[in-house]
Amino acid sequence: MIRVLIVDDEAPARALLREMLSAETEVEIVGEAATGLEAVKTAAELKPDALFLDIEMPKLDGFEVLELLDPAIAVVFVTAYDNHALRAFDVHAVDYVLKPYRAERLREALARARARVGSRPEPALLARAARPAGEYARRVVVKDGAHIHVIPVDRLDYAQAQDDYVALRTEGKTLLKTQTLGSLEASLDPSLFVRVHRSYVVRIDRIRTLEPYGKNDHVAILTDGTRVPVSREGYARLRELLE
Amino acid sequence: MQGSLSDGRRLAVYLTASVPLALAGTALLAQGRNALPPAFAALIAFPLSLAATVLLLPVWYLCRALPVYETSVSRLVLTHAGGALLTGLAAAYLGHALARLLGGVRPGAGIEGAYAAQSAGVMVAGFLVYLLAVSFHYVLLGVDATRRAEQQSMELSVLAREAELRALRAQVHPHFLFNSLNSISALLTTEPVKAREMCVLLAEFFRKTLSLGEKPDVTLEEELAVARTYLAIEALRLGSRLSVQEGVQDAARVCRLPPLLLQPLVENAIRHGIATRPEGGVLRIEALTDGTRMRIRVENPFDPDAPHRPGVGVGLANVRRRLRAGYGERARVDAEKGADRFLVTISMPAEPVA
Repeated sequence: MIRVLIVDDEAPARALLREMLSAETEVEIVGEAATGLEAVKTAAELKPDALFLDIEMPKLDGFEVLELLDPAIAVVFVTAYDNHALRAFDVHAVDYVLKPYRAERLREALARARARVGSRPEPALLARAARPAGEYARRVVVKDGAHIHVIPVDRLDYAQAQDDYVALRTEGKTLLKTQTLGSLEASLDPSLFVRVHRSYVVRIDRIRTLEPYGKNDHVAILTDGTRVPVSREGYARLRELLE
Repeated sequence: MQGSLSDGRRLAVYLTASVPLALAGTALLAQGRNALPPAFAALIAFPLSLAATVLLLPVWYLCRALPVYETSVSRLVLTHAGGALLTGLAAAYLGHALARLLGGVRPGAGIEGAYAAQSAGVMVAGFLVYLLAVSFHYVLLGVDATRRAEQQSMELSVLAREAELRALRAQVHPHFLFNSLNSISALLTTEPVKAREMCVLLAEFFRKTLSLGEKPDVTLEEELAVARTYLAIEALRLGSRLSVQEGVQDAARVCRLPPLLLQPLVENAIRHGIATRPEGGVLRIEALTDGTRMRIRVENPFDPDAPHRPGVGVGLANVRRRLRAGYGERARVDAEKGADRFLVTISMPAEPVA
């Protein structure tokens, strides 16, 4: 038995998924969600094995939903947009079904989802939010208990690696997200954010001054007064960007 | 003769030039120490001038073969100096023949002698007349070239505009079609009547879009009919999330519009507006006219926290470009983005469809 959650903002599209999925054996439809936000909350509550997920939706899009899901949940994208396909596989969706579709195609996707249930992919791989070349994240989404925060990148001051998390500093608050600093860095525009240290990515326009620290290192003083260590490599990167 | 001198008016101007030329020649020959009697001066100057203008007509071909800006200066100078010299010599010789003829008619008047003393002057005059004729031809060739270039660039811009319009019209989003087909697929088993309705609406939408796209301009009412069909389809997909208000003055309905100008704005209002809100909202279309100007407003709510959807601004930019292409400064598009409302206002001349 596979427990699935249906997510689409259009009622007829949800009805179609429900109709086709309930015709399959060993499938239990645990619920439906009409927005990305609702999807994340419902998934946390009902713990489904798989999501059949639209991409363009109100509040959070399909990719943002996937980022916030328990990585054990298998995600099948169901969408009319074929230009997202490459990115979908980069974020480890198990399948990508184009609307409109036949029952066989959905069955195939269901089989793939079944095969994936329970096999946790590497979190580092999963978290890699691949973007089309030259396009970077406009916002970062964070799940904090039942609360979902959406941080526009222009309000993200810096991020600090903390074990399996990154601590995101925004508007005086710190939010924790299960992600590696490297994958976060990869999703951000390199002309706006720079890795100044093994454990720090900083938004460049938040740096007020750079001061020498110790023999070889520097420290960056941010606009809010925070002191962020800058490694030798980080200093070189910063100089290159600022010149 | 094609080109410059095939034009009768130009030929007439050119040939008329022989009259003042002949008068000037007469005056020159009838003055000074070796002056000819005026009647004889005229009898020499008139045939000479006429012969020069007519015989110099074919020089137009020479000028065409040696365009001023594409021929080396030395070649130009040598050719035309040679031509001028030849003309001068020919004029002097012809003048001499005429003088001898007249001398035979009235012997003892010393005509031949008087002419001989002035033949150098005639030669110089022939030299100058040749250069005048060449300048005349070059000026006309230049005028023609400019006119041709103007015509060509106008044709080019018309072609470019047509191509652009075709491309813009082709911008009916395929995703709209795919999503609609998916809705039909969904409705087939549970609500077959609605599914059939959607099929018909889709067919109507594409038929209207295609037929409108072929016209140079349409009425606002025709444009609104396309929008209504489109919105009826979206209403089946979005359900109660979409409601539409139309506030259009009857006088505005007959006004002229480039085809499918409104459509991208209506599509944007759904895709980047109503569809981004879980609760949906009201799409408002308004059109007012005072008889000389028309104002069209498309207003919709949007979710300021919605995830980014590709294609923001493309539709609006196209509307701007098309209005500029068709109306220049006489039309304008303003987009106002409030906290959660988006309003596009088109202001353009209110013209009835011809």
